[in-house]
Amino acid sequence: MFTQEFMRNALLAGTFVALACGVSGWFVVLRGQVFAGDALSHVAFPGALAAAAAGVDQRIGLFTATIAAGAAIGLLGRGLLGGRAGGGGASGGAVAAAQQDTAVGTAFTFILGLGVFFLTLAGKSAAGGSGIVGAHTLFGSIFGLSAGEARLAGAIGLAVALLVGAIARPLLFSSLAPDVAAARGVPVRLLGVAFAALLGVVAAEATQAVGALLLLGLLAAPAAAAHRLARSPFAGIALAGLLAVAAMWGGLALAYAIPSLPPSTAVIALAVATYGGAALLGGRAHR
Amino acid sequence: MPAEAGPQLTWDVAHDVSELFEYHFMINALLAGGVVALLAGAVGWLMVLRGEAFAGHTLSMMAFPGAAAAALAGVPGAWGYFVFCGAGAGAIAGVSGAGRRSWGEQSAAIGSVQALALAVGFLFVNLYGGVLGDLESLLFGDLLGVSDGQVLVLALVTAVTLLALMALARPLLFASVDPDVAAARGVPVRRLGFAFLLLLALAVGATSQITGVLLVFALLVAPAASAQALTARPLASLALTVLLALLIVWLGLGIAYFSVYPAGFFIATIAFAIYVLARSIAWLRG
Repeated sequence: MFTQEFMRNALLAGTFVALACGVSGWFVVLRGQVFAGDALSHVAFPGALAAAAAGVDQRIGLFTATIAAGAAIGLLGRGLLGGRAGGGGASGGAVAAAQQDTAVGTAFTFILGLGVFFLTLAGKSAAGGSGIVGAHTLFGSIFGLSAGEARLAGAIGLAVALLVGAIARPLLFSSLAPDVAAARGVPVRLLGVAFAALLGVVAAEATQAVGALLLLGLLAAPAAAAHRLARSPFAGIALAGLLAVAAMWGGLALAYAIPSLPPSTAVIALAVATYGGAALLGGRAHR
Repeated sequence: MPAEAGPQLTWDVAHDVSELFEYHFMINALLAGGVVALLAGAVGWLMVLRGEAFAGHTLSMMAFPGAAAAALAGVPGAWGYFVFCGAGAGAIAGVSGAGRRSWGEQSAAIGSVQALALAVGFLFVNLYGGVLGDLESLLFGDLLGVSDGQVLVLALVTAVTLLALMALARPLLFASVDPDVAAARGVPVRRLGFAFLLLLALAVGATSQITGVLLVFALLVAPAASAQALTARPLASLALTVLLALLIVWLGLGIAYFSVYPAGFFIATIAFAIYVLARSIAWLRG
């Protein structure tokens, strides 16, 4: 298996992309931003198509679109979009989060609409190319990475994982108790924007590996499993990263062994299986 | 962009509108769009009220594996849509209802359902032979290719869903607005939640055949969110939701008819513009 070059490239890129997904996903689940992460991942699609329509490297479009959307979500986050929430006791947070979900849903439908527009444009400028760009962006093409692309993807994935690790402590504080953190001088809003922008990088990275439609599985499922199983935050972060990487390796190996099984499907199925297993195992362990 | 041979927009509005009704496919599109707007508006209103936007989005994604499975099995696509949307409603009710989990974990569980469904759909597409010819119309809809039979099925589904919604309206509204008090009064909150998810699945399954999997939301969430930002009175905002949904669909179709770009783009753009406008008005009012 390791003698094939495409497999080595896939493993190199996949390992670090999965690590970044798992680690940042733990915070996404903690902060109740799963839908925002989902929206970010779908934004990757119009980004890639816009780049295809303009005739530039699609990775430029991917990263620009997802980072911009991430920053926008971070900026407009709870304060503005969830502002009308009439917090009734314990459910106040959930009400605010639900309102944020509504706003996110409306905005990203518009961006997907733009994607249709670019699809038409790309179809006119580069005959036939748009369908392939579309399929690759939506469902990933990890077995098609070149050595250079794989090294770059691996490096970015590692950098994101390290950055999330570096801001983990203040981010944890400001996610759990934003008011207290702000009173202690933690830049809550800046952290929120920085994290959302990092999430944009993760989305663009993971889009190349498992695709814009599927990366949510790698982001949310191992992280949710870790929230179930681990008792301390830092153990949870480490476990989320570990489970995501394990799902990636297992999925790649499965897809290598069974040619008709696409790697994206195998990876996501295993990632979701980790959550299913954790839900059965952990049961009502805590909370 | 050079103008292509096709209908031209003139200053004579009456002539432009009459031209809209000249072709059978356009009449079908307007009819199907109107029916779907009615359905998506009414169901979407409750969805936004219940804060289940993410569940709705996940259900709309179910149409993808549904269509792929139907293609693989050689049955009409609509069957796959409805079967998978219904199964998705069951899965979401299962993962989000059990125990008192945090909001983050509930949505992570729903997201996992969504990712798994899409992954399975991708597998089906691959098994089918990797021909993604219909992928675009699957994802972004095919408003201009609606058949007479489809219009009939849509009208039936809409009638059934709206009747069921009316029958459940009172307890459902109570359970949505204040679940704890409703549960204390003996309203079966969990079963109502599941029933609503099934109705949502039915609405999404019907709507996504027309607007495509990715753009269902333009009709499901934007009109409802706009109307609820403008007025707090239930009946007024429900009526406004349906009106806005109809406006969005018909305006989008009308503009698309005179343009080279797809209807989905205009529908999504108009929906978002209305939402931004509504939020601005609400914000200006304080």
